[in-house]
Amino acid sequence: MSSEDRDALRFLHDRFGLDDRSLTRALDTTLERQVDYADLFFEYTTQDSVTLEEGLVKSGDRHVSQGVGVRAQVGERQGYAHSDQVTVESLQLAASTARAISQASGTPRAVAVRAGAPAHDLYPVSCAPTDVPVDRKVALLGEIDRLARRLDPRVKQVMASVVSEHRTVLMAGSDGTLVGDIRPLVRLNVQVIASDRAGTRREIGYQGSGGRFDLDRLFEPDTWEFVVREAVRLATLNLEAEPCPAGTMNVVLGPGWPGILLHEAIGHGLEGDFNRKQTSAFSGRLGERVAADGVTVIDDGTLKARRGSLNVDDEGTATQRTVLIENGILCGYLQDRINARLMGMSPTGNGRRESYAHLPMPRMTNTFMLAGEEEPEDILRSVKNGIYAASFGGGQVDITSGKFVFSANEAYRIEDGRLGAPLRGATLIGNGPDVLTRVTRIGNDLALDRGVGTCGKDGQSVPVGVGLPTIRIDDLTVGGTQG
Amino acid sequence: MSNGDLALEVVRRALAKIRGAGADAGDVMLIETDALEARVRREEVDFVSQARERTLGIRALVSGDAGFRTAITSTSDLSLEAVDRMAAETVALARATAEDPDAGLPDDGFAEDSPDLALCDDADRGVSVEARIEDARRAEAAAWSTDPRIENSEGSVVSSEFSRIAYGNTAGFLGHYESAHHSLFSEPIARQNGSMQRDTWMTVARRLSDLEDPAAVGRRAAERAIRRLGARRIPTCEAPVIFDPMTARSLVGHLATCLNGYAVYRETSFLGGRLGEAVASDRVSIIDDGRRSGGLGSRPFDGEGLPTRRNLIVESGRLRSYLLDSYSARKLGMRSTGNAARGAGSAPSVAPTNLWLEPGESSLDEIIAATDRGLLVTELIGMGFNPVTGDYSRGAVGLWIEGGEIQHPVEEITIAGHFGEMLAAIDAIGSDLMWLGRIASPSLRIATMTIAGE
Repeated sequence: MSSEDRDALRFLHDRFGLDDRSLTRALDTTLERQVDYADLFFEYTTQDSVTLEEGLVKSGDRHVSQGVGVRAQVGERQGYAHSDQVTVESLQLAASTARAISQASGTPRAVAVRAGAPAHDLYPVSCAPTDVPVDRKVALLGEIDRLARRLDPRVKQVMASVVSEHRTVLMAGSDGTLVGDIRPLVRLNVQVIASDRAGTRREIGYQGSGGRFDLDRLFEPDTWEFVVREAVRLATLNLEAEPCPAGTMNVVLGPGWPGILLHEAIGHGLEGDFNRKQTSAFSGRLGERVAADGVTVIDDGTLKARRGSLNVDDEGTATQRTVLIENGILCGYLQDRINARLMGMSPTGNGRRESYAHLPMPRMTNTFMLAGEEEPEDILRSVKNGIYAASFGGGQVDITSGKFVFSANEAYRIEDGRLGAPLRGATLIGNGPDVLTRVTRIGNDLALDRGVGTCGKDGQSVPVGVGLPTIRIDDLTVGGTQG
Repeated sequence: MSNGDLALEVVRRALAKIRGAGADAGDVMLIETDALEARVRREEVDFVSQARERTLGIRALVSGDAGFRTAITSTSDLSLEAVDRMAAETVALARATAEDPDAGLPDDGFAEDSPDLALCDDADRGVSVEARIEDARRAEAAAWSTDPRIENSEGSVVSSEFSRIAYGNTAGFLGHYESAHHSLFSEPIARQNGSMQRDTWMTVARRLSDLEDPAAVGRRAAERAIRRLGARRIPTCEAPVIFDPMTARSLVGHLATCLNGYAVYRETSFLGGRLGEAVASDRVSIIDDGRRSGGLGSRPFDGEGLPTRRNLIVESGRLRSYLLDSYSARKLGMRSTGNAARGAGSAPSVAPTNLWLEPGESSLDEIIAATDRGLLVTELIGMGFNPVTGDYSRGAVGLWIEGGEIQHPVEEITIAGHFGEMLAAIDAIGSDLMWLGRIASPSLRIATMTIAGE
């Protein structure tokens, strides 16, 4: 047993007065009816944030949430009950509710949970970020405000926040699984409003940085100063931006955050639940070509200290590196336990949930495309007329039709292979199953995003990461105003 | 003691604790929720979920020379020791923040009445999971039997939620109310020639008896999915764009974002400073009314204890009011409009209550018939709206119109424009105002937008 498990178990005992015998009893109650699988998910989370605007840290906040979720599965059915009261009584009540999906009584089974070690230790920290004194966070925000205003006189507003989270979870399953995880998560956000000298035009610039690491890393000037400079650069750049053209054109995506393309166009469509139900545009297409030669897409929950990484998923399965597309061929789905079981596949460590109040679902971790061999400048030079998108705001996908959309917040015209004027209001739309077949060039500059991604599905938000090398995609629809 | 009295007692005790811990002012919110949710797919129950939650939120204000220092905390641990500890932590956290001359509770004008807004029907409290699952089954069955091309579904989801909100502050306001929220949502999938299309329909109400018939919801969702089959792109063009009530309400939501007092004083709204000016076509009037009977955004008092009310936001195209709480109102030298929203764990912010665009005279069919060549938008995706600049560009799904008649479904296109120009170009408004949430709109037509396609 690793120290992590001991900590999580001791924590459960100290915080809620529960021991492995109460876990076993609750699982036994759930299993009194005929169910395929049952599990318990305990959580204790502290979050805090301090926010600056108008040069003042006007407020601090701190939230503690705790609770337990009890789940039973029979075939495709899941019963779930959760409560913010973690007591032996509430556990028994939740267990009875969860098992109500099963009509048949089962043969009594005794579960002996045994603690297992999480497969990884990806985010050790020396101090929980929520234990770092608030004065230090306040002081950093003050420095951020001063730097942003010093960088450019057109900066009118600076909004910045430091957000810290410390989450302790423990999963116990009817297969004997008992595993805990302690998950730090930090994030710095800087948003700048700039105004042109006439005061007639205003633009916004945003940059952030974060991950599962010591908060101290955000206090390093290399980290926070970069974030501030980028936010100011984006806001002032967009003051010069021209309206975006509309129509079909060749598009070059820059490295890093534009990997959100993979997340929307490909990743969601490869989640096991949609594929088991055959509701995804990718259903039944394993082994088929869905991308150009040379395109390899990976989901990897085991990257050290990344925002999208986990030692174990929220069902206690070890996270792993899963190849989704290899050299253009679809070769894997993202699975949680129930969908893996029903599809006769193995779980991939992608069973995630927002909190104890939510059922787990197959979700992405860090999703990225492997680098190719081309120099990014050569890729740009290869486009006579088109768009270069360096950063995106957000995106969305219709899993069933495959159509996805995302909005650029830093984009430029490409003219004769060179960057031209910055563009505002650019939206890209395409079809997931064929967009990657039109990738014609792949750069050697794979980069991951800066640790700010949040993915929403069925009303649940979880932290994720994306990554991309510079790529060229031909004939993508660009939704601007200039026809 | 009734449950309401118990909740008020928790709030009163927490208020005493924050004063005892050294706060000069503050407020406390207790939110208690009982919820059930279930999904049926075809004939099988996919999941059933039940929950009971309580969250206590505390805001402590500590006065200094230049104003209050503020902190907010929340917890689901309501034990006496936990509340004691939290009160002390909140005050300590507040001392680490800056003095803000505009922070604080509202000065006066707290709600004194307790109107019956029909937010909850006691008869619904005993609703069983089984009864709601039956609703989902009926919706699912109706969707599948609408057309043989309905070959799959993401299921039909039902939910019922009962909440009690108790709020009190050190200015002497103490109140509570109960509300309910029931919904049914159906998402069938149609297939033809190897390609699939999904679509949705839903019904939402404060009382179970006000929900639309489950079979009608399932059928309508199926019809919407069927009519998307064979969708294709269209050439890039400029054309009139009609929004149905499902998509038109997103435009009213964008307007609310731009009229939010915080966006106005932070100058992050392109509509800031435009009070009294024409911001939309003179056909457009928009109202926010927190006391609409049975309204999904109705409540007797807002997140600061101020009475909710009816606010005229846009009158025949002229901007008459922003949406304000007491903080954003102070920043702008105005009065709160009773639009403070407050979660247990967050500072007051601004949100619409029931916000709608006043309906016109024509039916959607009449608007379509009067459109020679254009697009009817039935679904929008993506986040392409920038309230700072007004730039608007979103992915759209819909139906192409020629000669006043629907020709074929359309997908993988974007519609774009400047939001201010779009509001000014609204040239037809339907009579079909439809409530699917706190924000509602009838169908409307925008004279011209840029459509990007092939």
